[in-house]
Amino acid sequence: MSLIPHKPAADRGGPAQPLLIVGSLRKYFPIRGGLLGRGHGAVHAVDGVGFQLGKGEILGVVGESGCGKSTLARLLARLIEPDDGEVIFDGDGVGAADGIGVKELRRNLQLVFQDSFASLNPRMTVEDSVAFGPRIHGQSAADAIRVAHDMLARVGLEPSRFGGRYPHELSGGQRQRVNIARALVTRPRLVILDEAVSALDKSVQAQVLNLLLDLKEELNLTYIFISHDLNVVQYISDRVLVMYLGQVVEIGPVDCLYRDARHPYTRALLSAVPSMDPERRTRHSPLTGDPPNPVNPPPGCRFHQRCPHARTVCAAAVPKPVEVAPGHRAACFMANPASGYDSSPAEVGR
Amino acid sequence: MRFFVSVDNLSVRFEAAKPVHAVNGVSFDLAEGEVLGLLGESGSGKSVTLRALMRLHPDKVTRYGGAIRVDGQDVLGMAPTALDSFRGKTCAMVFQDPILAFDPVYSLGRQISETIRRHEAVDQATARARAVELLERVQVPSARRRYDAYPHEVSGGMRQRAMIALALACRPRLLLADEPTTALDATVQIQVLLLLRELQKEMGMSVIFVTHDIGVAAEISDRLAVMYGGRIIEQGPLAEVMREPSHPYTQGLLASTVTAGMRGRRLEAIPGMPPDLTALPPGCAFAPRCGLAVDACRAAAPLPVSAGGRQVACVRAAFPGTTKIPRPARDDTAHADHQTSLISLPVPEGPRC
Repeated sequence: MSLIPHKPAADRGGPAQPLLIVGSLRKYFPIRGGLLGRGHGAVHAVDGVGFQLGKGEILGVVGESGCGKSTLARLLARLIEPDDGEVIFDGDGVGAADGIGVKELRRNLQLVFQDSFASLNPRMTVEDSVAFGPRIHGQSAADAIRVAHDMLARVGLEPSRFGGRYPHELSGGQRQRVNIARALVTRPRLVILDEAVSALDKSVQAQVLNLLLDLKEELNLTYIFISHDLNVVQYISDRVLVMYLGQVVEIGPVDCLYRDARHPYTRALLSAVPSMDPERRTRHSPLTGDPPNPVNPPPGCRFHQRCPHARTVCAAAVPKPVEVAPGHRAACFMANPASGYDSSPAEVGR
Repeated sequence: MRFFVSVDNLSVRFEAAKPVHAVNGVSFDLAEGEVLGLLGESGSGKSVTLRALMRLHPDKVTRYGGAIRVDGQDVLGMAPTALDSFRGKTCAMVFQDPILAFDPVYSLGRQISETIRRHEAVDQATARARAVELLERVQVPSARRRYDAYPHEVSGGMRQRAMIALALACRPRLLLADEPTTALDATVQIQVLLLLRELQKEMGMSVIFVTHDIGVAAEISDRLAVMYGGRIIEQGPLAEVMREPSHPYTQGLLASTVTAGMRGRRLEAIPGMPPDLTALPPGCAFAPRCGLAVDACRAAAPLPVSAGGRQVACVRAAFPGTTKIPRPARDDTAHADHQTSLISLPVPEGPRC
């Protein structure tokens, strides 16, 4: 792209090589307390997450608060170190001896967060914030400001009007555009959008969603789109990953997953979306109670205590993800005929 | 017909170096047992209107205009003692963030029984029993034990249920709800909405429900009022406003809200951003973003026009039953499209993937 002199990193693995391969990623946060500061267990934030992400794809990640969505984003960007598991970026192991270094990864992978104000340094002007990345990655001050101006113009903020302003002088929508410009100015190949449009008003949210889709086409980007808004995820994603208590319970193409969800949790999540139709209001709540605490997740299937279909086997063993349709996998015994799941009604010790 | 709540030309201004014109001539009526959804984006004046109904704004910097009558009482002219008894007894509020609304150093149950004893002459034991009953009614599990829990010890959903129990402690006849489900997960949000709907029917309360989410408004309201720039720009029966929005802003808001079945279509975003309340334009506050604006829109704020239970404040609005103004062809089809997508949500039955 001629507008922005900073070139994106070359596509190394070719189109068939997944941009990201994540295998058994795990992160526990120990809880310290008590008199001697000894461990009191751990928050199982991300527990054995694995998936692949193709080039040019948009992967939606959904789940209730505390399910590990944001921890996953931070692990992928190496903002926190995983306890276990591997991340392979375009064929190169992240942090591996012969792989890609963290600094190089971060030029290729950028994040946009929910809180547009907290994401920006309040004492830096917009253009300095956007130019910061290119400076770190070795461009001269003049060049960095020039690419920052180009990118600001690209996200719809006229550099001469907005470049010299401070974050508090902008509206929420404008600040989020600055964050997008800052993420894209190093020409990353993967952008993780962690609730990036959730705090925006609906009329402004639509503008930013349109902008994100345009930029994806123009700059050949791949997105991981984390959100709790299932309508927006359905709108923007190609594939959707559903998380529950640190684990992937279902992943599949968006149409498939929304039409024919196979995990009871995904179905519950989908039917909790307001109907938008006053004549057909929601009558029953699909789930009772709040999302459980990730400190001591239950044994077996982590959802079994809230699941209307739970049987003895669900409390005893952990369901492995099985392919229920091409590219569509669900970690539920009901989806696996060989699992020993008994479909006759039975009482389960809760 | 005498309405239970009657707001007439309410204005709220906050004094500052640059005065903030938060509410600019809001009028609406609410019957007993009716649920009004007050829909708007941030800075549209919806929460300020709601708080004005209980006069919660700091007296020193707030200038009210117009009149608010609740159950025949003049809220803006009320003496401090009358106001104390009005708050909590006639009218109660549920806030968006219960962790900020509860006092962190008293247990949940104690705050509820204290409210009961403030308004009714009952002893400690009776108040405690009533509080436990209320906690059970809002589906707080093991209510007797939770009575002694502190706000930080329970989950967000449970805190919001306790907040509802607190608001309902003295059987108010008007419940004001300020985005009570916004901070909750979708699965918990729907539980709380269903609970509020049930309690409203059971107690016959009037409810004013402030939200920015039209999906939430659709789940709970009988009537809908849409706010923009501190004014109600459109109001009417919920289903009618959603099916056939009259004001260009309501139309734009519905078109830009992502719903099922919009995939693959470019969103019709409203250009620009919400107005600055310290510097409102003299005319219609939406005119700078409106594709249909003419000189008359910029000259003076349009007055609301009523017809058949609906009201809209727009000189260009096409009212059902009045002369339609011609719109650009593209616009018409776009909205028609959108309306079908709203009414006939695709039923998720089809070939298995």
